[in-house]
Amino acid sequence: MQTTVEAASLDVEGVELAFGSNKVLRGVDLAVPAGRTACVIGPSGSGKSTLLRAINRLLEPDAGDVRLAGESVLRSNPDELRRRIGMVFQHFNLFPHKTVLENITLPLRKIKKLGPDEARTAALAQLELVGLGNKAAARPGTLSGGQQQRVAIARALAMKPEVMLFDEATSALDPELVKGVLGLMADLAQAGMTMVVVTHEMGFAREVADQVAFMDHGVVVESGVPEQLFTAAESPRLRLFLSQVL
Amino acid sequence: MDIWSTLNDTFLDWGSMKEVLPEMLKVGLLNTLVLAASSVVLGTLLGMVVAVMALSRKRWLRWPAKIYTDVFRGLPAILTILLIGQGLSPITRHWWGPNPYPLGILALSLIAAAYIGEIFRSGIQSVEKGQLEAARALGFTYPAGMRLVVIPQGVRRVLPALVNQFIALVKESSLVYFLGLLASQRELFRIGQDAAATNGNLSPLLLAGIFYLVITVPLTHLVNHFDKRLREGRPTDESRADDVVREELAHADHR
Repeated sequence: MQTTVEAASLDVEGVELAFGSNKVLRGVDLAVPAGRTACVIGPSGSGKSTLLRAINRLLEPDAGDVRLAGESVLRSNPDELRRRIGMVFQHFNLFPHKTVLENITLPLRKIKKLGPDEARTAALAQLELVGLGNKAAARPGTLSGGQQQRVAIARALAMKPEVMLFDEATSALDPELVKGVLGLMADLAQAGMTMVVVTHEMGFAREVADQVAFMDHGVVVESGVPEQLFTAAESPRLRLFLSQVL
Repeated sequence: MDIWSTLNDTFLDWGSMKEVLPEMLKVGLLNTLVLAASSVVLGTLLGMVVAVMALSRKRWLRWPAKIYTDVFRGLPAILTILLIGQGLSPITRHWWGPNPYPLGILALSLIAAAYIGEIFRSGIQSVEKGQLEAARALGFTYPAGMRLVVIPQGVRRVLPALVNQFIALVKESSLVYFLGLLASQRELFRIGQDAAATNGNLSPLLLAGIFYLVITVPLTHLVNHFDKRLREGRPTDESRADDVVREELAHADHR
């Protein structure tokens, strides 16, 4: 994949978030320099997906701060902020009443205010980049899970984000389809995108991530370069987790 | 007593039917269609407003919608039509005279809006939460996400129920006759009833019934068509099984 990215740094500082009395994030810290990839691993319910939603303010943090290119996101308009941060979901969340092309042109036209031709050209170029230029007229429901996720990635990338968030992007895919999507994400990391990837794919975390953060009970228990984390984990909780998933 | 002869005289008096047919076509059918179509349009617009209010996070919008729905769904249609048609007449006569026709349309629309609002609400609520979340993540505002992504999907899902409601409206339009329409404003039922009273048999009413069926049966088939399309539009197990093959072919193309 050849794409040009204008990546920004992302700093999560002491973010806390609770649903009622249930504290899901208890002071999360994560620093991702521009153009780097951070993988967030951890058991279910550890707060990984909530962390991503706190970063782009789909969920409002109760405390702490998130800085995009050094500026606090809490001071910016949430809708404008999300236009700078792309997000890819576990269940793709493509709009089924639109064609593949329209899924990408809709935000380009309505949010970026591009003209119909300009939006179409940009969307087709993005589809070509993810290898689905021939699926522009198809409905998302007629595509395989892997293809749908690639369209979702194309839709996010078309907005020219400075950071990409991936929320278990391959968890809902059949094993045979995972490789294609992971390959696309690896290409994106290679192209210099700043990425935060919540994943259960330890192979991907090991090979592609610049840093890996292990979350448990709403905090980052341990983080570091993949080699250090996977081969010389300090925390007993991480060692236990790795012994169960590797 | 010759049963067949009695039934024949009561229901199949071709002379009575032939006599009333032109009026039924030119006046009755037209008025029934105007009453039903106007109420469908107004009821759908108002129903969408009620649905959006009912789904609002603001209590002061939600509660009026809930009360409105409870009241207009809970009252017998004939009671609502009489209360609005006769009750508001002293006020509206300053605008369009003692004509009950617009008030009949208003009453039908208000009743329809309560049902259509609930249909829209259930449709919109059936759309997966991830759809709005994806729209918001792209940078759409909440209203834009609802308008461009969630509501269009919700409305499509309830098309069969919506057409069923339109069928009910066609039939309920006959109740407007209680308001005392002018001769030129009579709908199918009233014309059939008047002719039945004049001729002393029910054949004109049977003819009115046939007209109602001519309108409602195609709509019923339209419901079935929407229903079938919605069901068959979903991917089948076979198509899911082909996913892997398609994916591999796509990769092969890409390489």
